Amino acid sequence: MSQDFRLDNIGMVNRNKKISFTFNGKKYFGYEGDTIASALIANGVHLVGRSFKYHRPRGFFGVGVDEPYAILQLERNNERDPNIRATEQEIFEGLEVKSVNCWPSVNFDIGAINNFLKMFFPAGFYYKTFMWPPSFWYKIYEPFIRMAAGFGEASIKHDKERYEHKYEYCDLLITGSGPSGLASAYAAAKNGARVILAEDKPRYGGSLLTSDVNIGNQTGAEWSEKIITELKSMSNVIVKNRSQVFGYYDHNMLVMSERISDHLPKTQKYLPKQRLWYIRAKEVLISSGSIERPLVFGNNDTPGVMLSSAAKEYIKVYGVLVGKKPLIFTNNDSGYETAIEFKKNGVNPLILDTRKEPSSDIITEAKNLGIEIKYSYVVVAAKGYKKVKSADIAKISDNKKDLSNIENIECDCICVSGFWTPSIHLASQSGNKSEFNEKIDAFIPKKSKQKENTIGSANGKFTLEETINEAFNKGYEVSNKITENNNKVSVPTVVEKKSTEHDKFWCVPLPKGKSYKRFLDFQNDVAVSDIELALREGFRSIEHVKRYTTLGMATDQGKTSNLNGLQLVSDIENKVVPQVGHTTFRPPYTPVSIGAIVGREVGKHSKPTRKSPMHEWHEKNNAVFVDAGVWLRPRYYKQGNETLFEASKREAKNVRKNVGVCDVTTLGKIDVKGPDAAEFLNRVYTNAWLKLPVGKARYGVMLREDGIVMDDGTTTRISENHYHMTTTTAQAANVLSHLEYYLQLVWPELNVNVVSTTEQWAGAAIAGPNSRALLMKLFPNTDVSNEGLPFMGYKEADLFGIPAKIYRISFSGELAYEVNVESDFGNFMWEKIIEVGKEFQIQPYGTEALSTLRIEMGHVAGSELDGRTIPHDASLEGLVSKKKDFIGKRSLSRSAFTKPDREKIVGVVPLDKTTSIPEGSYIVKDPKAKLPNPKLGHVSASCWSVEYDNPFSLAIIKDGKNMIGQKLFAMSPLKNKTIPVEIVSSHYVDPEGKRVRA
Amino acid sequence: MLYIFCPHCGSRSQNEFAYGGDATVKRPELNKEISDQEWNNFVYLRKSPRGKHLELWHHISGCRQWIKVERDTSTHEIFKTYKADELTE
Ligand SMILES: [Zn+2]
Repeated sequence: MSQDFRLDNIGMVNRNKKISFTFNGKKYFGYEGDTIASALIANGVHLVGRSFKYHRPRGFFGVGVDEPYAILQLERNNERDPNIRATEQEIFEGLEVKSVNCWPSVNFDIGAINNFLKMFFPAGFYYKTFMWPPSFWYKIYEPFIRMAAGFGEASIKHDKERYEHKYEYCDLLITGSGPSGLASAYAAAKNGARVILAEDKPRYGGSLLTSDVNIGNQTGAEWSEKIITELKSMSNVIVKNRSQVFGYYDHNMLVMSERISDHLPKTQKYLPKQRLWYIRAKEVLISSGSIERPLVFGNNDTPGVMLSSAAKEYIKVYGVLVGKKPLIFTNNDSGYETAIEFKKNGVNPLILDTRKEPSSDIITEAKNLGIEIKYSYVVVAAKGYKKVKSADIAKISDNKKDLSNIENIECDCICVSGFWTPSIHLASQSGNKSEFNEKIDAFIPKKSKQKENTIGSANGKFTLEETINEAFNKGYEVSNKITENNNKVSVPTVVEKKSTEHDKFWCVPLPKGKSYKRFLDFQNDVAVSDIELALREGFRSIEHVKRYTTLGMATDQGKTSNLNGLQLVSDIENKVVPQVGHTTFRPPYTPVSIGAIVGREVGKHSKPTRKSPMHEWHEKNNAVFVDAGVWLRPRYYKQGNETLFEASKREAKNVRKNVGVCDVTTLGKIDVKGPDAAEFLNRVYTNAWLKLPVGKARYGVMLREDGIVMDDGTTTRISENHYHMTTTTAQAANVLSHLEYYLQLVWPELNVNVVSTTEQWAGAAIAGPNSRALLMKLFPNTDVSNEGLPFMGYKEADLFGIPAKIYRISFSGELAYEVNVESDFGNFMWEKIIEVGKEFQIQPYGTEALSTLRIEMGHVAGSELDGRTIPHDASLEGLVSKKKDFIGKRSLSRSAFTKPDREKIVGVVPLDKTTSIPEGSYIVKDPKAKLPNPKLGHVSASCWSVEYDNPFSLAIIKDGKNMIGQKLFAMSPLKNKTIPVEIVSSHYVDPEGKRVRA
Repeated sequence: MLYIFCPHCGSRSQNEFAYGGDATVKRPELNKEISDQEWNNFVYLRKSPRGKHLELWHHISGCRQWIKVERDTSTHEIFKTYKADELTE
């Protein structure tokens, strides 16, 4: 198809590079630098989608982020990118896009029948239509709403694209590179400030690229090119295009999304698709400009009706005509600029100006060019279904209430201008309360709450001279505050033809006997009649009207609709707009892809992975790993076709029978040092610590102030003022913070320091009856006999030339030792243990066997110390000192913690000795009791006892001590199981603890 | 994201810190006999004012010092920060 609407001698696209792409499966051509919108318009395509509610035909309305219509879906190699704006997405070779919200096709859409059923879709139809009968919800209403809702279709596949995050700091962030952005950036940068200038479009310059103005004897486009070139060359300036600052957060942090390769065919594997910038700026200048306001008239959503500034930009930037028989409908001078561009490019426009007798240089110029102008004229309704074919126009009375001389004229596009709305979103997000400015009939920012200033047309400055002056001054002023430099650049002279005079008129009345839909919100199909209905039904607050009618709630966030909606509400209510107020602006200003928000933190990158120094050995020896917090730990070592159950049983059995070795590097380790270390531990732990001799370890339990057990572990006195504390893997970080809290804030008088040494030591637990024999071979020069190294003893020793520490402690309940060496020697230690241990039938064991061993011994772990238990519940009350005070002690005497039937840990064995009890099961007296069945407690951990070869579980149940011997039931509604059980002691194996002392 | 001045390290982003709650709470002295009510107040009762509030932050990914921050809970304005042992105004 040829580009019938492309002009030869105007525009900024690269004519030397032709690009092909497909839209709804059909191939089109455009040029490098075209957007999908400009390329389609060049090809005469105006129908690109269907509206949300009525499925009315949709074309293009704008030329940038404000676009409410042209939302498309990009598809490439089976990957989808929903909700892209055709006015922003640049074309590249091989691009494939398609329309959304239409079926079977954009030309013939069955949903358009809604258009004829519109009496059933009035304001608030969500709340009215799908209410009764309730039984219809699940099968009929919900599927219908789901099918109809939303625009694009998100892919359910893994997104292979790369997204990045970046943190940046600057003196001054400037959001938008129009005249005010460029001028302020230049003034500030020349005054030594570190500046970031962000532009959401590919080209810098904003309105300067399209308006007929003169700055410092250059055209707007020439001047902006000069300034941006100089800014780019300065080392204190970062200039970014295709970058939208979309959120203004606390303490002057702004977030910007940079579209790095959205406009490129995928060639470089590692080039990110998008990058999210977190920018902390000392000062912010908001130069986000303004968006043209539409005028509201009958069928004003017909493809071919668009903003006049957009039509001008299509001509001047893309060299594309939006029509060849244009009708310009305006209430201010901006429409004239567009008309003149048409005229200069050989097309005759007709201007309808709502004003009676306007005058300015630009109107004179239009007249001199021979452009036809009708004053006090309006468009009553657009005609044509899929594209504007003609328009009913009329003369309007001075009071703007009555129409006369209605006639139909031919046209193929209607370019509307209802004056300008400042983009105050970012200022509003920063906490700035806006105020209504009567002169421009729009809201502008009022008082800065954070360190921001709004400048240019975003601040309601609609003449270029005001804008440039304000921007140069602010750029200097703000930079001077930061750098204290005084380099002031001179302000160029400005020549502009248009004035800011405009009519306070936005909505054309309906002619008698006509009921045209006049749309306010083009994406959500909210018409004037919907607002009227909402008000008739009693909705008053603008926030309620918004939610009831969905005005301004679509993906464009009402950029083109909000003010006209407010104007209408205030007209009907006979209020002024400031009384009505506006709805709250919230980030993001434009949609941000989920991928950009997540960044690289996907899959395994969502958290760091910590590996022990022995990790490679585990890998080589068929370890199957499990996530333990951020650590990867061997769960079991697979032999042949073993299952988890078989392998863990084998490993646990071997510990009970011979000897096993387990990687315990992940245990938290904290060095506690200082003359008051003993006193500190005495306050932290529930048991006594003042008399622990050097070279001895002790098991300790620490509480939170509310009496709940926080963590447990052994702590060893290495020397007079040096203790080595161990914590559980999961609580290591919390315990360190806890200790620091008390040392820094509560008892700063204690002379103690704590530091994490988890990473510094590699640990191996050697457990089983053969462990001492193995140790004697590993440390031939050290006395590791029961007398030389008794239970809870500690020794430093030499492991084949490597300094090692031996702690005689046991989690498995067997005779056991933990050997620590510096992390770098971890692998050496491990391999030596395996090598020397061969003759003692050593096998490595993983966390599953570790659990089995501790469960059948009745040793508590995280599943019992679950943030709800006090020492008594875990049968640790023997460790609670009655003599001294400690953290959380006072809580233990509260009534709920001293009840006689308080929960306590017990053992649970199924009566049939074969059925495993699911963890989390309830223990109940009567499985057939009426619901809710009163529960006695829950099963916290289950294993297969290798000692007795039957299932065994731990449970925490009411009055546990007196329940031993009772026959009860374990119920798991989740697994649909009811298992008759017997309650036994939690110390299932070796209740006297003989083995550890052997 | 807040920007918090650590008296030890300088201004850092909030994501380096962990929140520690009300800094005006004083732990009862050790070995002191106190009523259930007093203990309850210390463990559970916290002020949650709208406006100025002295609170604890732990510079957990920085110097690991606990600091006191005077912040407005409705505007997030930070007036002053103190070291753990520094007297607050
Ligand atoms: Zn710090």
